[in-house]
Amino acid sequence: MSINANQDMLPSADDTAAMVRDDPSVFVLALRHPSIIIGGVLLIVIVLIAMIGPLLTNDPIALNPINRLKAPGDFAWFGTDYLGRDVFARVIHGARVSLVVGLAVSACAISVGLVTGLLAGYIRVLDAIIMRVMDGLMAIPGILLAIALISLSGATLFTVVIAIMIPEIPRVVRLVRAVVLSVREEPYVEAAIAAGTKLPLILIRHILPNTIAPMIVQATYICASAMLTEAILGFLGAGIPPEIPSWGNIMAEGRTYFQITPWIIFYPGIALAVTVLAVNTLGDGLRDTLDPRIARKM
Amino acid sequence: MLGYVLKRIAATVPVMGVVALFVFLMIRLAPGDPAAVIAGDYATAEDVMRIREQLGLNEPIIVQFTKWVGALVQGDLGEAIFSNKSVAELIGQRIGPTVMLTLTTIIFTILVAVPLGTLAAWRAGTFIDRAVMMFSVGGFSVPVFVLGYILIYILSIQLKWLPVQGYRSMFEHGLWPFLRHITLPTVTLSVIFIALIARMTRASVIEVLQEDYVRTARAKGQSEFKVLLRHALRNAAVPIVTVIGLSLALLIGGVVVTESVYNIPGLGRLVLDAVLARDYPIIQGLILFFSFVYILINLLIDLSYTLFDPRIRY
Amino acid sequence: MAARKKANDNQVLPVLDIQGLTVSLPDDADRPFAIENVEFNVGRGEIVCVVGESGSGKSVTAHTVMGLNPKKQLKPVAGKVLLEGEDLLVKTDAEMRQLRGERMAMIFQEPMTALNPVMKVGDQIAEMLEIHTDMSASERAARVLDVMRDVKLPDAEQMMHSYPHQLSGGQRQRIMIAMALSLEPGLLIADEPTTALDVTTQAQILDLIKDIQASHGTGVMFITHDFGVVAEIADRVVVMQHGRIVEQGDAKQVLTKPKHPYTRMLMASVPSLTPPKRKPVKSSTVALETHNLDKTYFSSGWLRAGRTVKAAQQVDLHVHRGETLGVVGESGSGKSTVARCIVRLIDPTGGEVLIDGKNIAGLSANAMRPYRRDVQIVFQDPYRSLNPRRTVGQSIVEGPMNFGLSEADALERARELMRVVGLQPEALERFPHQFSGGQRQRICIARALAMEPTVLIADEAVSALDVSVQAQVLELLDDVRKKFDLAMLFITHDLRVAAQICDRIMVMQHGIVVEQGITAQVYAKPDHPYTRELLAAAPGRHAQFGAG
Repeated sequence: MSINANQDMLPSADDTAAMVRDDPSVFVLALRHPSIIIGGVLLIVIVLIAMIGPLLTNDPIALNPINRLKAPGDFAWFGTDYLGRDVFARVIHGARVSLVVGLAVSACAISVGLVTGLLAGYIRVLDAIIMRVMDGLMAIPGILLAIALISLSGATLFTVVIAIMIPEIPRVVRLVRAVVLSVREEPYVEAAIAAGTKLPLILIRHILPNTIAPMIVQATYICASAMLTEAILGFLGAGIPPEIPSWGNIMAEGRTYFQITPWIIFYPGIALAVTVLAVNTLGDGLRDTLDPRIARKM
Repeated sequence: MLGYVLKRIAATVPVMGVVALFVFLMIRLAPGDPAAVIAGDYATAEDVMRIREQLGLNEPIIVQFTKWVGALVQGDLGEAIFSNKSVAELIGQRIGPTVMLTLTTIIFTILVAVPLGTLAAWRAGTFIDRAVMMFSVGGFSVPVFVLGYILIYILSIQLKWLPVQGYRSMFEHGLWPFLRHITLPTVTLSVIFIALIARMTRASVIEVLQEDYVRTARAKGQSEFKVLLRHALRNAAVPIVTVIGLSLALLIGGVVVTESVYNIPGLGRLVLDAVLARDYPIIQGLILFFSFVYILINLLIDLSYTLFDPRIRY
Repeated sequence: MAARKKANDNQVLPVLDIQGLTVSLPDDADRPFAIENVEFNVGRGEIVCVVGESGSGKSVTAHTVMGLNPKKQLKPVAGKVLLEGEDLLVKTDAEMRQLRGERMAMIFQEPMTALNPVMKVGDQIAEMLEIHTDMSASERAARVLDVMRDVKLPDAEQMMHSYPHQLSGGQRQRIMIAMALSLEPGLLIADEPTTALDVTTQAQILDLIKDIQASHGTGVMFITHDFGVVAEIADRVVVMQHGRIVEQGDAKQVLTKPKHPYTRMLMASVPSLTPPKRKPVKSSTVALETHNLDKTYFSSGWLRAGRTVKAAQQVDLHVHRGETLGVVGESGSGKSTVARCIVRLIDPTGGEVLIDGKNIAGLSANAMRPYRRDVQIVFQDPYRSLNPRRTVGQSIVEGPMNFGLSEADALERARELMRVVGLQPEALERFPHQFSGGQRQRICIARALAMEPTVLIADEAVSALDVSVQAQVLELLDDVRKKFDLAMLFITHDLRVAAQICDRIMVMQHGIVVEQGITAQVYAKPDHPYTRELLAAAPGRHAQFGAG
């Protein structure tokens, strides 16, 4: 029994005149969802800080050995590190690295995963091979894989992005494949086949649009997880070259002095947590409004 | 039954093969000269030559692969470059603390996350649900090591309730020191998994609660608690257990970080030491080891489904 | 009203007495009340059928009695629900839990999903006793066996240790009934309990419900959309529309002399089981023909023997232009498999499919494409047959444009076809969600016609529609068959629908054609025992429905 009583009703009234129900579009609904508003606004603020902030702060790599390991105060809002560098300036600059890594990883992982997943979902011969490779890739712990790739090819921003991206691909592939497999059974796809529509058009017209919503949601989650992984790699000393002030690198350098100057770890840690939280909150809101039921199961 | 088990076991072979091939190719296909990268910036040409020799990179690739797989099948995960110990030996020395940390984390996670997720699902849309979900998003967002340092700072440094770092074996030092040292690492590592599993439990239970048989159970006059336990949770068990299995890969990453924050001499520290020493064979051996463990545990989980769901037939 | 007076006169308290019950809908719904001022009763040992189409509020009424509605969304705001004199609307949750199962029980539409898949069926019946009695485990087991025998389940000792998926649909519904009756409740609510079952099983379950309620004196509130079932089982009838009762009374009286126009319309929409006189088809052109069509599914396993399922075997059929061939059968009979093989959505494993004399059975996807336009199909589920992201117009022009028609010409044809199927051409710019199920099915017919096919396959095309809409869509299908001289293959499980629209009929069972012939002859003198069984099982076969 559906709560919405507006179904087939009677007799002449029913069928001939099309009745219009004004469903608000998905985007209007999205703008009403508190998670999307909170996450979105927070993220916009962080992006603005990352873009404008570095123009206004001190030089993040200027050494100042006299004022090393200073507590937060008027001299430096977040204190200074063991080389006397301004932690506040470094944290503001670090935002850029995190955002770039998050964005690049999610864009690459989604594109690669989308194509691979579509192929696996629609071409039976490829399916078995692709999915075995994905199973294998899933079995390798992502962080270890990234560490190994970076230690083999040397640490640069590019290799870090690639190394973080590769372990993210299997999830995207599985998700896209699941969508394709369920949509290809839909009668409207069968109707298109019966109407003589060619395979590439069926994929683009009828199947691909169903992957967009789950992909947007997945992209936010990948972005969040990539920023965390980047920080962890930096923290373990296996990430972006130490000259670049990424949040992971700042925290790695703060480890030795943690008992005396915990703020060197806490400030970038909080910045990272807030950014990731904003992205995750946005993702949750998008998932609720776009409602890709399959994404929820994965 | 036996046929099914054999079939499942056989199905893991190609996956292990893919892992092995991937790991094998990784060093061979890496851009530039991996031997030079491993040797580091101050290495001489001889050092690079020696490392290339040691890694067997000079032979034809087919020969390399045959030798490598042959050794792998016999349990040989390679030799460390600097310590001249076998990787298998190093793993043997370090595995104890890691196993303990993983076990305590999984137990703690399940004890907290499953009831939490079920509660949130049962009260979906209420304040309790929102609180659990907020905790969950938060848990996903705080980096493991930052959380670790926050806990150390508050509980160990400020309040002095627990030791700052280190590890005590349950068998050598007794249960109490073991628990005191393992508590903070366990909590640190668990938070992200509690977030994940609670979320997953909530989603599965919400889905099951919409099923007709839950309505039937209510129509019988069954109490809400038993509806949740006997009808909802039992049916939600398979997806929950699956996620626990799949999240092991994530857990292993967390172990590396947690062990380095708390200075626990386990496999995670071994990874970190290898990274700092640029001892690639150790990293490679550990990747293979962890991947195979992951595949085997997920095989066991796969086989355990029949306990939860009679529809899955051998 | 009359019924209530009668009950009072007899000085017997009815088992269920609903007085002025109104249940509100949430604010964003399209009407304020799910049901309004609903008033009827169910006497001891009486079967009261509540009839209505989707959205009539019949299920809300049942769920309100049981207290199973989501509280926030569906709130009773007025009236009383008296179960043996006690008002259920003022009970606490705990009190309701006590009453459910013990004094009132419910069975549902889908016996597969209504049973917990991971619990043995015996345990699920025993759970009822565990909740409401302090029987010991062995007493419970004995009682479970008793009630299972009561509902005529064979081999109860064995079956109580089975899981639901190991039983057939009919057996599962018997388990549900056994569970519901295990505590001898005064009231049994049956919510479309036979709708999901095959017609022969349905007949058995209806018999069982009648038997049981007679021997136990249970009052039954039976919810259905099917007047055939009403004729079969009801003592009294309550007809609902848009949340209100429009008519109630004695079954005989309502079925023979319906007063309210809505009831009359509903009953007139029920297709009659007697095939009307149809002009014999003159055309001699055979548009569609199959020879020895086979479809076998192999599930391979390399450690055990692969299983093969013969979905369709040796199917021979032919359809002339301007003719409708009906394929009837229960679930698993292979009727849809045949349809999908002909449209080449699946590949036949053997035999020939001839479209205008050309065999398309073995053609590759590319070689098949030119022949696609000749065979078109309309599916069962109107909600999944149209791509929700594309406008109706885009969906209709897709096919013709694949065959080289310009967009302008295709749209012009689409506009024309919209008129043919009784919709306004402006609707082409709208999206599917803006249409009702019946309208969507009309759009799907227009989409099929846009290809100018010679063969139209209707795969259960009216099965998901309410009976009044069903009649209209059936009429439309028959009209377009005439207008475009189509060869129509009409797949259905519903003998009534088949009787009305088919010139010839083909009966399938377990993948084999057991009988075919002129519709009127098959219905009057069925040859095969299975056809006889099917016809005998059709609910309400003695009652007269339909305009004719």
